[in-house]
Amino acid sequence: MIRIEPREAPSRLLTLGVPVVSAILALALAAIPLALAGADVFAAYGFMAKGVFGSVFAFTEMLTRASPLIFTGLAATLAFRAKLWNIGGEGQFYLGAMAAVAVGTGWVEAPPIVMIPFILLIGAAAGGIGMAVPTYLKTRFGADEVVTTLLLNFIILIFLQMMLQGPLKDPMGMGWPQSAPIIDQGVLPQLLPRMRIHAGLILALGLAVIAHIALSRTVWGFKLRAVGENAAAALHAGIGVKRTLMGVAMVSGALAGLAGVSEVAGLKGYLTNDLSPGYGYTGIVVAMLAGLSPLGVVVSALFIASVFVGADTMSRAMGVSSYLADLVVSMSLLCVLIGGFVARYKFTRVTREAT
Amino acid sequence: MTENTVLALNGLSKRFGSVVANDAVNLTLKRGEVLALLGENGAGKTTLMNMLFGHYLPDTGSVDVADGHGRLRPLTLGHPQAALAAGIGMVHQHFALAENLTALDNILLGGESLLSWRQNRRAARTKVQGIIERSGLAAPLDEPVGNLSVGERQRVEILKALYHDARILVLDEPTAVLTPQEADTLFENIGAMTRDGLSVIFISHKLREVLAFSHRIAVLRHGKKVGEIATAEADEQIIARMMVGADTEVAPHPAMETGAPVLQMTSLRVRGSNARTSLNGVDLTVHAHEIVGIAGVSGNGQTALAQVVSGLVAPDGGDIRIEDAPIRHFTPPAMLKAGVGRIPEDRNHDGIIGAMSVAENLIIERLDAPEVSAKGFLRQAEIRNHAKTLCTEYDVRGPGVDAPARLLSGGNVQKLILARVFEAAPRLILANQPTRGLDLGATNEVGRRLLEARAKGSGVLLISEDLDEILALSDRVVVIHDGQLIEANTKDRAQIGLMMAGEHA
Repeated sequence: MIRIEPREAPSRLLTLGVPVVSAILALALAAIPLALAGADVFAAYGFMAKGVFGSVFAFTEMLTRASPLIFTGLAATLAFRAKLWNIGGEGQFYLGAMAAVAVGTGWVEAPPIVMIPFILLIGAAAGGIGMAVPTYLKTRFGADEVVTTLLLNFIILIFLQMMLQGPLKDPMGMGWPQSAPIIDQGVLPQLLPRMRIHAGLILALGLAVIAHIALSRTVWGFKLRAVGENAAAALHAGIGVKRTLMGVAMVSGALAGLAGVSEVAGLKGYLTNDLSPGYGYTGIVVAMLAGLSPLGVVVSALFIASVFVGADTMSRAMGVSSYLADLVVSMSLLCVLIGGFVARYKFTRVTREAT
Repeated sequence: MTENTVLALNGLSKRFGSVVANDAVNLTLKRGEVLALLGENGAGKTTLMNMLFGHYLPDTGSVDVADGHGRLRPLTLGHPQAALAAGIGMVHQHFALAENLTALDNILLGGESLLSWRQNRRAARTKVQGIIERSGLAAPLDEPVGNLSVGERQRVEILKALYHDARILVLDEPTAVLTPQEADTLFENIGAMTRDGLSVIFISHKLREVLAFSHRIAVLRHGKKVGEIATAEADEQIIARMMVGADTEVAPHPAMETGAPVLQMTSLRVRGSNARTSLNGVDLTVHAHEIVGIAGVSGNGQTALAQVVSGLVAPDGGDIRIEDAPIRHFTPPAMLKAGVGRIPEDRNHDGIIGAMSVAENLIIERLDAPEVSAKGFLRQAEIRNHAKTLCTEYDVRGPGVDAPARLLSGGNVQKLILARVFEAAPRLILANQPTRGLDLGATNEVGRRLLEARAKGSGVLLISEDLDEILALSDRVVVIHDGQLIEANTKDRAQIGLMMAGEHA
C-alpha cells in the first residue's frame, strides 16, 4: 500500500525541477508518435533543433513567436495567481488587435513617438475591458468566469469576422476579409534588418520584469496574492477582494490585448481572423509550465515557441505533420500538472501491520 | 462485561500534534441501548466515533465488537471496511449521498458488486421495504436524492446503514439539521429500531433531546470521559455540571475599575438564514478595562455577533457605536479603522493566509501604514525586521519569518494573530473561540494577553463555548441563546448552564 500525504513545503529543487522534467518528458513522449509515423526520431529532433538554432534567422523567428506567448502567459499568470481563471486570453488578444487597427489605420495620425504608445494603450484598454466584464459578472452575480471568458472567445471571434466584413474591412483588400494596414507611424520598429523580430519582444520582456516586481514587491501584488491564496482571510483582514479582482482582471486582459497589438502592429501589419494560432490558449500552458512565475513565463514561452518553430522546420524537412508541436505542448501541460501533484505530495510505502 | 454488550471501546487515545483529542476513553454499549455522547465542541466526540468507524487510527487502545452470535471480537482499527463488516454504521453530519441517484440506488450502493446489482434489485427492494415497515423510516425510494428533504436524506442514510446489516448505528449530531418535528419523528423511529435489537450511539449537545430519548449518557470533556449516568437518574442540572466541569478553579483576576464604553449595541438585528447567523434585537455594552464573556451552546447566534463586530455582515437593524462613534459602514477596514481588533473563530481559514510568509501575515491588516509601504511598494527590510521583533515578543515559534504561515502549529498561528491584533492597540478586541484546539501553554498565553490588554484599557468581547474559559477571564458573563443575549449576573456554573440550554434561571 502506498500512502499519499501532503508535503509540508515542496523543496526549491522540486518547484524548479518539475517544469524542466515535464518539458523534457513531453519532448521524449512525442518520439512515440514520431516513430509510429515512420520517421527517424533522431533526425527529426535534429531538424527541430536546427529550426530553432540553425541560423540567426531561425533563432529570431523563434523569438518572434515567443513574444505574443510572453504577453498571454503573463496575462494568465497574474489572473491565476489571484485564482481568477481567465480562459479568455484568445478573445482579449483579438479585442486588442481590433482596437489597434480601429485607431491605427488612419483614423488618427501622429509621429511614431505618440502613435505607438497610443495604439498600445488603446489595445491594452480593449483587452482589459474584455476581462473586466466577465469579472464584474463574477463578483456581482457569481457567474463562473471559466465559462464566461471561454464562451466570450467565440463571441469575440464572430464579432471580429463581422467587423472584417464590415467597418474594419480594407477597401483596397480585393474583397478579402482583412483590415487595412496599420499606418507606418504606428508600426512597431524592427529590431534587426531583414528579420521579422520587432519591438514587441522588448515590451514583453519589460512587462515580465515589471510583473515580477509588482507581484513580489508592491502592495498591489500583495493583495493579489492574498486574494488568490485565501480570499476569506484577505476579506477578514480588510483587503477589498472584489476591487482587487477587478484590478487584476483589467491588467490580465490588457496583457492579452497587448499580445494582439504586438502581432498586428509589429508583425503582420493588418488584421485577419487567423492572426492568432491560439496564443490565448497557449498562454495558459506557458503560465502553468512557468509555475505561475512572471520570469518563468519568459523561459517557458521560449520553450514552447521553440517547439512550434522547430516542429514547422521538421515537418517541412521530413513530411511529418506539424501537429506534433501541439502534441508536445499539450503533453508538457499534462506532465506539469501531474508533476505538480507529485511535488506537492509525499509518497511513502507502508507495510500493513498485522493485527 | 455482561452478556449483551455489543461494543466496547478500551482506552482509546488520539493526539493531533500537541493536542490530545481523546485520552484513554472507555465506553461500552449494550444491545438495544441508546447511548448519548455529550460534550462541548472540541470535546472529542466526533474524533472518538471516527476512530470507531476506522477513519482515524487510534494511538492506543482497542475496540471489541460483538459478532452475529454475540461474542465480542477485536475490531481491525483504521479500516472503515472492517467496521462496516462488523456491523457498525455511521451517519455523518454531512450526508454522503449521490444526489443524482435514486434513494434505492443510494441504499444499495457500495454493498454489492456492480455486476450482480440489477438481478438483486427486486430482492433488495423487498429487504429495504421490510426495514421501512419495522422502523417507520419512510423515504420515497424511487425519487432522486437531490429532490429529497434533509430529513428524508437522513432517513436514506440510516436505511443504507441498516440495509448493510448494521447492528450498531452511530449518528453524529443527527438533529442539527432537522426541524423539531423531524427530530421527534427520528427519535420515534430510533425507538422502534432498538426494540429490534439495534444499538445506537448519538452525538449531541442538546440537553433536552438527550434526556428525552437516551437510555444512558456519557459526557466527554477535553477528550476525556468525565462522567456516565443512566438517563433515568439524570436531570439538566446534573448534566450541565458534568459538561462544563466543576473541577477547575476560577483563575485570580484582579478587580479593575471599568472605563467608558468602547462598544455599545442597541437592539441590533441580523436576519440570517438560520439560528447560527441571526440576532434578534440584542443590547450589549463593553467598557474599557472590561472583559465580557459570551457563553452559549454553539449555533445560537455567536457567528452573527462576531460577523457584525468584524465588519463581515451589516446588521438589518439597530446600531453600534465604537467609543461613541456610530458605525455606518460594516466592512472589515471600517472596523479596523474604528479600533476593533479581531481574533477570528476559524484561525486557519479567516486568520492567516497559509501560503504567505509569517512576516506577510503580520502586516496584512495595515498595508497602507507608513512603516509597511511607501508609494505602493512594500518596505521589505522593515517588514522583516519588525516581524522578527514581534515574533520574539509574542513567542511565535516556527521556521522563521519568511516561512509560510501554514507551517506554524495551531498555538503559534494564534500567537501570530495576537501579535497582529495587539500591535494595533485596539480599543475593542473581539476574541472568538480564541483557545479552541490549543494546548494548555498556548491557552494560558491567550488568557494572559487578553488580561494584559484589559489592563491597558481595551474592552474585550470574548465569545467561547468553553465555560471554564469564560468564567476564568470575564468580568461579566452574558449568555447567548437563540439569537438573544441574557445578562447572567452570576458566575454559578449550573445556573449559567441552564441559561445556555434556554431555561431562564
